[in-house]
Amino acid sequence: MSMDIDQPVALPSIHSRQTAATILCCNCGAPIDGTSSAGALCYDCVKLTIDVSEGIQREATLHTCKDCERWLQPPSQWVTAAPESRELLALCLRKLRGLNKVRIIDASFLWTEPHSKRIKVKITVQQEAFEGTILQQTFEVEYVVASQQCPDCAKSYTANTWRAVVQVRQKVPHKRTFLYLEQLVLKHGAHKDAINIKEVKDGLDFFFAQRNHAEKFVDFLTSVAPVRAKKSQELISTDIHTSSKSYKFTFSCELVPICKDDLVALPIKLAKSIGNIAPLSICYRVGTSMNVIDPSTLKTADIPAAIYWRDPFKSLADVQELSEFIVLDIEAVGHQNGRFFLAEATVAKASDLGVNDRTYFVRTHLGGVLHAGDSALGYHLTGTNFNNRHFEALELSNSYSSTIPDVVLVKKYYARKKKSRNRNWRLKRMGKDEGELLPKKADQDKLEADFEMFLRDVEEDPELRQTLAVYKANQRKAKGEMNGVEQDVMSMAETEDTEDEQVPRINMDELLEDFDELNVHDMG
Amino acid sequence: MAVRAQFENSNEVGVFSTLTNSYALVAIGASENFYSVFEAELQDVIPICHATIAGTRIVGTLTAGNRKGLLLPTSTTDQEMSHIRNTLPSTVTIQRIEERLSALGNVICANDHVALVHPDLERETEEIIADTLGVEVFRQTIASNVLTGSYMSLSNQGGLVHPKTPIQDQDELSSLLQVPLVAGSVNRGSPVVGAGMVVNDWLAVTGMDTTATELSVVESVFRLGEGNGPGDVKGKDKEAMVESFY
Repeated sequence: MSMDIDQPVALPSIHSRQTAATILCCNCGAPIDGTSSAGALCYDCVKLTIDVSEGIQREATLHTCKDCERWLQPPSQWVTAAPESRELLALCLRKLRGLNKVRIIDASFLWTEPHSKRIKVKITVQQEAFEGTILQQTFEVEYVVASQQCPDCAKSYTANTWRAVVQVRQKVPHKRTFLYLEQLVLKHGAHKDAINIKEVKDGLDFFFAQRNHAEKFVDFLTSVAPVRAKKSQELISTDIHTSSKSYKFTFSCELVPICKDDLVALPIKLAKSIGNIAPLSICYRVGTSMNVIDPSTLKTADIPAAIYWRDPFKSLADVQELSEFIVLDIEAVGHQNGRFFLAEATVAKASDLGVNDRTYFVRTHLGGVLHAGDSALGYHLTGTNFNNRHFEALELSNSYSSTIPDVVLVKKYYARKKKSRNRNWRLKRMGKDEGELLPKKADQDKLEADFEMFLRDVEEDPELRQTLAVYKANQRKAKGEMNGVEQDVMSMAETEDTEDEQVPRINMDELLEDFDELNVHDMG
Repeated sequence: MAVRAQFENSNEVGVFSTLTNSYALVAIGASENFYSVFEAELQDVIPICHATIAGTRIVGTLTAGNRKGLLLPTSTTDQEMSHIRNTLPSTVTIQRIEERLSALGNVICANDHVALVHPDLERETEEIIADTLGVEVFRQTIASNVLTGSYMSLSNQGGLVHPKTPIQDQDELSSLLQVPLVAGSVNRGSPVVGAGMVVNDWLAVTGMDTTATELSVVESVFRLGEGNGPGDVKGKDKEAMVESFY
């Protein structure tokens, strides 16, 4: 016979700490534990009788600027904050007096119609009421949104708010240098501080709110281009008591009016002093100084801006006077200087073909790129009347008059379609204020032509390209029809290739990805 | 019964008065309002002594007593003592105590049988208390407070202690005293029950702020609503007494 043994059972613990009611609440008579209660009051009575949010404002005013939609953070800061954002909540809470005496547990926006100009915030606070009782209370605060124009916007609506202006000028009949300068400025972000950029005749005006911003910009210009900068100031107002004055500053920056591919007749004295170069030469590069080359000897020289401005001279002929020549025969001489190869060529003017048999014998620095049958652009000196005193001095000089050639070739000419719209790259442009110059139809065409010429320069000159930020052109492809479009593009590219195979193209890996226009949308 | 009173805008009734089963001490105030509350309840029942102790009005704080005796601090002048002697019944022993803790009302809590005293009270004082009041003396604390007289009020029927007194402490004290104890407050949550009220076997006087709840606690623990009276006048013999008038 087996014995029945009880299974062990868990007995409820008698000695567990019990919070038995020991007293009655003095207010309502509810039985509570006296050892833990505060002042013989039950929690409900404490909550009813004590308002921890006392002394906290229930109404406040927020100031916002209608134009820039920023909020005033007292005393004088203006901050951007989206509606119902974390920043706006912080701003709202900071606005309430007395909130620092309590502990904020939670705060959230209650939805309000934006046009009501009211913002409602629900705040939960905790505070020790008395004798260690922590009370938590939730309340709503209503903010009235008042509008107040911020000083920045007020300034932008007032004329003449700039403190300093940088006037950049180049007295040439085309805009290539400024197009190049624009790219440089964009790449280095030098225009970040500018409050306005205005296009004027022969140049650009950059307006700045502070003098040092303008000085920084002038320093940037002098580091990238041959400039002559001059500063002048105009007294706006003066306080005779504190002898404090305010000025407007104008920095006049004049760029050397000689561009790449210009034909220059150097003053003979200057030509001798910079290495006895032939005075009739081509400007092949403009950096912080001008680089010139004598196409018949490949001798190069460097004219610093400072030296140039001692005795300024104008270019003899610029790119607009280039005419097309056909290379009939070319023979390398065997002399090389950098990327230039000296060659002797026989050329005929393209417009003469079929008209007469006039040919010209020319020594050129383009021996590396020109082949018989190619087109080249050059200056036709015979039959051109130059009104230039330095050129006249050359003609009169015993030693140099005989060295003036008939034709000076400047660059190879690539036959392009009238408008090659499908480049695989693009440049960024700067937002400019056109100013008083009305964009007439003729001006517009001229601007487009200048830009096209600049784009061709960028395409043809890798050295120039290195200093710029060139972006991939965005092929507007819809995801669904990617294949079809891509095929189209490819076929288009093929047809283009067959048409002008010679035209230099920019390698894809040289191009930058443009992140500004990646069309990233936040869904949600 | 329990009544509410105020001494010159102060609710601390126990500071300004001492109440026992055989006499009452009431401070001399600017008006007689406080005195008249005692007078209304106790006239012709027990003597009410209008007194000062050492020239002050805080007679409740400075004195301690029960039916058999009254303890006065050393600072009591001879004149005051003789006035009290003349007013109180001759059965009441009056004793002046040389004690460093001179606020006897704060450090001694007594009924007619037992006294709970401050743990630091001198040995001689303890003996004098036992002899004068005819009680057993225990050195105790109430909810970790040494001022037993301030945090406890006691009668022969029951006792009210500090609201934070744990159940275990209440059980311990009540086994010493042999009366039921309850934790509670007076004067709308004030824990100083000894200073906030005075009580004897048939009357309690509390501060004016005391809430109805607190008053009902006081009445129930001190059994004030059960028809007790001085010498059971209102008690079980009342009917017989009333009959004998006819």
